[in-house]
Amino acid sequence: MAELGSIVEKVRSKNAGPFWLTIDVFCGNSDAFARVAALSTARVAALFGVDEAAMKRFDIADLNVVKFSVPRPVIQGTRADRDMHGAAWGCLLAELPLD
Amino acid sequence: MTRVLIPSGALGLGYERAALARGVANRPDIIAIDGGSTDSGPSYLGRGVSKYSRASTKAEWRELMQARAEAGVPLVIGTAGTCGADSAVDWLYQITEELAAELGQKLRVARLYSGQNSAELTKALAAGQVTPLPAAPPISPDILASCSNIVALAGAEQIQAALATGADIVIAGRTTDTAIIAALPLLRGDHPGGVWHGAKVGECGAIATTNPATGTIQIDFDARGFTFTPLGASARATPYTVSAHMLYENSDPFILHEPGGHLDVTGTHYQALNAREVRVEGSKWVPAPYTVKLEGARVAGYQTVSLALLRDRRYVEGARAWADAVIGEVHAKVAARLGQPADAYDLEIRLIGIDATLGALENAVSLPTEVGALAIVTAPTEALAAEIAKMVNPYLLHHALEEDEPMPTFAFPFSPAEMNRGALYEFCLNHVLQVSDPMVPFRLVVSEVGNG
Repeated sequence: MAELGSIVEKVRSKNAGPFWLTIDVFCGNSDAFARVAALSTARVAALFGVDEAAMKRFDIADLNVVKFSVPRPVIQGTRADRDMHGAAWGCLLAELPLD
Repeated sequence: MTRVLIPSGALGLGYERAALARGVANRPDIIAIDGGSTDSGPSYLGRGVSKYSRASTKAEWRELMQARAEAGVPLVIGTAGTCGADSAVDWLYQITEELAAELGQKLRVARLYSGQNSAELTKALAAGQVTPLPAAPPISPDILASCSNIVALAGAEQIQAALATGADIVIAGRTTDTAIIAALPLLRGDHPGGVWHGAKVGECGAIATTNPATGTIQIDFDARGFTFTPLGASARATPYTVSAHMLYENSDPFILHEPGGHLDVTGTHYQALNAREVRVEGSKWVPAPYTVKLEGARVAGYQTVSLALLRDRRYVEGARAWADAVIGEVHAKVAARLGQPADAYDLEIRLIGIDATLGALENAVSLPTEVGALAIVTAPTEALAAEIAKMVNPYLLHHALEEDEPMPTFAFPFSPAEMNRGALYEFCLNHVLQVSDPMVPFRLVVSEVGNG
């Protein structure tokens, strides 16, 4: 089982304002895109510990990009926040084993 | 046609000097640069200060003021001083005054203030004119009153008003990232969808190119769309780099909300003009009732932190149990000696090397060489946070996993062991304010500086 990060060009996570996080998977080619697009939204939501219904997902074939946006479980910069820029969320996705 | 020169993604990030010179030689109609964002957290807005050093800001602003003089066009900065609070606008204005004198420039400077009065906002809240955006926290008059700074994000209209004063330099408080780029092309009647889309692609400078570090780009806006040109010698833009930029720090890659409407790029076409320039057409602007977004920050307590390092393998393996035991001991001591129950403050020990970044979401398991035990005390007053952190110290230094083992000692990188972080701020607004006229929540001040 390959890790997602090993078959794509880049996984990037950033804040989208203080209240949202967005994770972009740049797949690089259509084969990798197809494999990432096959991920269930429920599995990604569980990985991030967020409610699936609150998650936005965009499968953009023209760019070979899959994008996930989630409300931040803790608002940026509050006491419980560990990652001011949302930088490390992409690592969770990059290390996810693909079927 | 309107040509906008964008030196870099933000003042303080740097750019390639030759690229900026090329941009000035291309005779732009305006030079626009962003000065901040919320991305570094609530402390900057809470305190109304810049994240970047004054010397770095002054050095880059000097070069941009020289570029402006050479080009003979307005220079506009949005979200001055990282947060765009009134005090941050004043900070950059003072730097501008100093530079105008040093450079022998006589300038008309317009300051656009975005700061909001909590009493006025409380009235607007009662009148139903403040509405939450998705994932907004609850607000109340008390929360509004407790904010140390509240700003409204200006759009293109307020920047246009500042330009209409004949200003050589516009120092704007909080604006949307795109507004400073979009203002002049919209005023001249360029295609609104193309203008907002180009402004979004351009707001981070050369990030939408193959070489982001070059910084400087140029965008030509016209009646049908825009042409994106990187100015760094090694930077190229492709339909991929330009279209992918809508993903950046944006929760929806096809829609971008702005004061007075939204951009829709679902029907946009991207075309390579050559190996390095991209033409974009087909973006749509969808007007809506005029609102401005609000940001606010307030004090949420005071923090003192301390860092100990566990290098002994048994303690590395048992770090979690050790940290939990330390927390239990401290709670008991604080209750006994300060009379403070555990819910009157917060004590956390993050284990650097184990799961300090992701916390409960961490799923990787490995044994590190060492573990950093970062103790964080958050309390209602600075004095209480410092006092509790001092009570943590004996345990961070000597707490043993087993009662019957010889007393261990752990490594500390600092003396004193505690670091007072001062106030912890939090963002507490993610709302929009309805306004009858775009200028109502903003103030414009025009003055002459320097001599020449």
